[in-house]
Amino acid sequence: MSNNEWPLWEVFIRSKQGLDHRHVGSLHAADAKQAVQMARDVYTRRMEGVSIWVVASEAITASDPDDKAELFEPMADKVYRHPTFYKLPKEVEHM
Amino acid sequence: MYTQAMDIPGGPKAVAPGSPEEAAFNARIARDEKIEPRDWMPEAYRKTLVRQISQHAHSEVVGMLPEGNWITRAPSLKRKAILMAKVQDEGGHGLYLYAAAETLGVSRDDLIDALHAGKAKYSSIFNYAALSWADMGAIGWLVDGAAIMNQIPLCRCSYGPYARAMIRICKEESFHQRQGFDIMLALCRGTPAQKQMAQDALDRWWWPVVQMFGPPDADSVHSGATMAWGIKRISNDDLRQKFIDATVPQAELLGLTIPDPHLKWNGERGHYDIGPIDWDEFWRAVGGDGPCSRERIATRVRAQEEGAWVREAALAHARKQAARARKAA
Repeated sequence: MSNNEWPLWEVFIRSKQGLDHRHVGSLHAADAKQAVQMARDVYTRRMEGVSIWVVASEAITASDPDDKAELFEPMADKVYRHPTFYKLPKEVEHM
Repeated sequence: MYTQAMDIPGGPKAVAPGSPEEAAFNARIARDEKIEPRDWMPEAYRKTLVRQISQHAHSEVVGMLPEGNWITRAPSLKRKAILMAKVQDEGGHGLYLYAAAETLGVSRDDLIDALHAGKAKYSSIFNYAALSWADMGAIGWLVDGAAIMNQIPLCRCSYGPYARAMIRICKEESFHQRQGFDIMLALCRGTPAQKQMAQDALDRWWWPVVQMFGPPDADSVHSGATMAWGIKRISNDDLRQKFIDATVPQAELLGLTIPDPHLKWNGERGHYDIGPIDWDEFWRAVGGDGPCSRERIATRVRAQEEGAWVREAALAHARKQAARARKAA
């Protein structure tokens, strides 16, 4: 039965002009066109969006949670990448 | 619309931490951090979530039936449009929840099969018939009101996808309760016969709604684990009390009488006391022996079977189109 299940799609919505598309959830649909139609019915009933992207869930490559430390911890000791690291004389005011 | 019975018998027991992964998991729960789909989690945690989220999803979908029944008989175009929007929301809520359950590695078809085979439960409340238009008011006001009490704490659930689905649902849900109260208000300000319709609906729905919060804490042998895991945050009895305290003044405002001769303000506790709850009735409804239980499942099965050819045709069309596109390339 399961191989006759419609494929899963991830839905991304741009809530208003000028903002990024954001992941809002997923749904099953036979093809991309139907996925857009269904995303419109399910995720924009209260004017939540002006544009929809759908991506087949199986096309997404994700990082492994086990690699979290290896991938992200090296950034923890690079505070000089943030502007607040630099203590400047008061006279400089806004920089 | 609604979740319940997450801690009825058959639930898991909390397990002592065995592995380092389990210790790390427990520490994350203790820090009130979210668990995401690909993170390590104890099998019992995963199973509990699948059971609770799928029950919740089934409740949303079965919950469309008593109200869907009244769409063609709504008293005005305005009420009809509102009711359609509400029923459509319930369908959407079912979808968000099935999607959250699927992140735990189960298939939607398997979940639906379990419902249709009578293996999965749904809220006891949808086993009652909606006999008059006033029931649309009572369901919105009381059933959705109880659902909101239940669901707001679930927005803080430890499992990320469930919590996110609940936030979206709660945002959409508050109109459901308000439109129900609005229906009751219109009836109560109408003719004596209309007010009597409202009272009759309250008389029939009150106790099933009070039961919706699930068995008393003393009998909820499995709620310990779901509490410890941050899935459930507030006990059945506390939620029930909160609901009663909030609802009694609303009934007074409508000029309706709650059908409980024992209902009384207890100044010492700072809460309303209520009469005894008929738990046999609750267990009958949960166990598939409520007034409309068989009809509800039969309706769901029929919808699934009669729609099968459409789902197959859409999939066949999509596969053909994809094959054609590959050939052309």
